[in-house]
Amino acid sequence: MAEEPKKDAADVTDATPSVSEVETVDAATPEEAVAAIEAPVERGEPILQVRNLVKHFPLTQGILVKRQIGAVKAVDGISFDLYQGETLGIVGESGCGKSTVAKLLMTLERATAGEVFYKGQDITKLSGRALKAVRRNIQMVFQDPYTSLNPRMTVGDIIGEPFEIHPEVAPKGSRRQKVQDLLDVVGLNPEYINRYPHQFSGGQRQRIGIARGLALNPEIIICDEPVSALDVSVQAQVINLMEKLQDEFNLSYLFIAHDLSIVRHISDRVGVMYLGKMAEIGSDEQIYDHPTHPYTQALLSAVPVPDPEAREGRERIILTGDVPSPANPPSGCRFRTRCWKAQDKCAEEIPLLAIPERFAGQDTPAAHESACHFAEEKDVVHAA
Amino acid sequence: MGILDMPPGKIPQGEILFRGQDMLKMSNEERRKIRGRKIAMIFQDALSSLNPVLSVGYQLGEMFRVHEGMGRKEAKAKAIELMERVKIPAAKERVNDYPHQFSGGMRQRIMIAMALALEPDLIIADEPTTALDVTVQAQVMDLLAELQREYNMGLILITHDLGVVADVADKIAVMYAGRIVETAPVHELYKRPAHPYTRGLLESIPRLDQKGHELYAIKGLPPNLLKIPSGCAFNPRCPKAQDICRTEVPPLVPVTEQDGAELTGRGSACHFWKETIHG
Ligand SMILES: Nc1ncnc2c1ncn2[C@@H]1O[C@H](COP(=O)(O)OP(=O)(O)OP(=O)(O)O)[C@@H](O)[C@H]1O
Ligand code: SF4
Ligand code: SF4
Ligand SMILES: [Mg+2]
Repeated sequence: MAEEPKKDAADVTDATPSVSEVETVDAATPEEAVAAIEAPVERGEPILQVRNLVKHFPLTQGILVKRQIGAVKAVDGISFDLYQGETLGIVGESGCGKSTVAKLLMTLERATAGEVFYKGQDITKLSGRALKAVRRNIQMVFQDPYTSLNPRMTVGDIIGEPFEIHPEVAPKGSRRQKVQDLLDVVGLNPEYINRYPHQFSGGQRQRIGIARGLALNPEIIICDEPVSALDVSVQAQVINLMEKLQDEFNLSYLFIAHDLSIVRHISDRVGVMYLGKMAEIGSDEQIYDHPTHPYTQALLSAVPVPDPEAREGRERIILTGDVPSPANPPSGCRFRTRCWKAQDKCAEEIPLLAIPERFAGQDTPAAHESACHFAEEKDVVHAA
Repeated sequence: MGILDMPPGKIPQGEILFRGQDMLKMSNEERRKIRGRKIAMIFQDALSSLNPVLSVGYQLGEMFRVHEGMGRKEAKAKAIELMERVKIPAAKERVNDYPHQFSGGMRQRIMIAMALALEPDLIIADEPTTALDVTVQAQVMDLLAELQREYNMGLILITHDLGVVADVADKIAVMYAGRIVETAPVHELYKRPAHPYTRGLLESIPRLDQKGHELYAIKGLPPNLLKIPSGCAFNPRCPKAQDICRTEVPPLVPVTEQDGAELTGRGSACHFWKETIHG
């Protein structure tokens, strides 16, 4: 594990008011911990609860004696819930920390601070058998079907590899059959089991990646840009497959992508990230039809839509200025250097992710969590 | 552009007329004169198109030194002017910076500045914003459209993003496996496609403004250019394919209204274009 910076907490670590309460599980023994991890969760209940999650990558100087001169605040205090059976989309521009969130949830990176509760247990503090059980239940599908598969392994070995670490899922004798079943499930010919990745197209390789993600019967799949590298004509095939598998295996998806139309299509709820923080989160209708955060509004308004008539009636917000560095984010609201609504308050006070006061208690789609001092509704997606 | 016109790329036949002259029949010398001065190009990946060890100002100034024979000082002043034109903040201070010191969006704007330097008649932009984030992409496309109007240039925009074309283009040509399969004015194409491939593409994209149902998926794989199917290259993936599609290459023919009325600028390379647009 890489050298960790001192635990320097995020700018804001007080709990976000509108996320659900965590019912923690205190397991006295590893057996109890594993039992809690294997227990079923009802549809619609939180299965993963992320609280004030922070990941700072140290910036060091010097060759012999490394001195820390700062930190890239890749993820800086974010909280959200993932409900059983849902798809939570995460959008945001390059470098805002999406993949880092994915790696933290996969326990591929160690969090600088914060908690990730999986069925009530903080996985950032687990080890041994309990951690292994969590890892079996949270799987990942990566962006690049060209580099994420080992070119020297057969498809059968690639899909069956997770069984080496978790032999209890498929005893040795049954593995070949299990792999062939998985190939069938993702729409590939089971007879391809001895072929190599280069013998498949991009879309087919992504299916192989999905089959491997499914191998251990996980409950959560984290998809980091799963269709971004695919030809437009093939994206729909893979998206349809993922939706079908979600129903079939009762999966919860965290779906990371920068294509806002695809995210709307597949997601039940959507979170918008900006520079290591969550700017806004809500149902797909709340975010796309009733966004209240200026960054979400700018982002949505900038999406080119393949319909010249719809485009003409839409307002378009062109941001000025460049994206600030996550090593040196602006004070107060991180979006203020590009925000057309910024006031003095925005430089002084960090806006919390919460239902804006003006909408609180109201029965309006604008009443969802948004981290802006001056949140107001603006429809930028539909033609006026 | 005549960049491909050397091994391993080869143009076996055809003409490229620029202001009435066939560029393929020109000498290299003549072609080089047109390239850069009259026709400029913007590539997808600004970082690899810019020389990493030379300052941005030097590379911009080079255009003026080489093509216009300007001195160093004068060329640098021109470079700063161009950087300001493409809205690089603090151009004077940043003119000696190197490409890696700029953000992706700024680098792409510098590439645009370079293409504009000699005020060409035509700019060919190959996926100019594909590597950029949407908000930055919008900035860059906006700038490109503004400059195009101001300099009164032609723009050929090559992209896989049907949204970006809808935004900036007046006319569209859809390509499949190395051929143009449909041409149309931008509004027409999106409203009434006359080729099954265009129609499939449009239907397979999810919408931003509403939650859709299951996506239409074009079956099969993108074409392998070493093994293009006989007849219509799209036939293995086409829901409308008939026997004739497997044997005869459909030519690009004019598309008309049902009553035969002319549709300006419309063409389709499909044996069944009538059924596709009117059916
Ligand atoms: N191992 C690392 N060491 C140092 N910095 C890192 C590391 N991994 C990521 N970063 C930095 O953290 C920030 C967030 O990166 P991340 O990969 O999470 O972004 P992202 O939102 O996934 O972007 P993209 O859309 O480009 O994939 C970036 O500034 C990145 O440079
Ligand atoms: S808090 Fe201020 S700067 Fe931030 S998004 Fe809201 S208005 Fe803009
Ligand atoms: S020519 Fe035939 S195969 Fe080709 S697009 Fe038309 S209907 Fe389809
Ligand atoms: Mg990423």
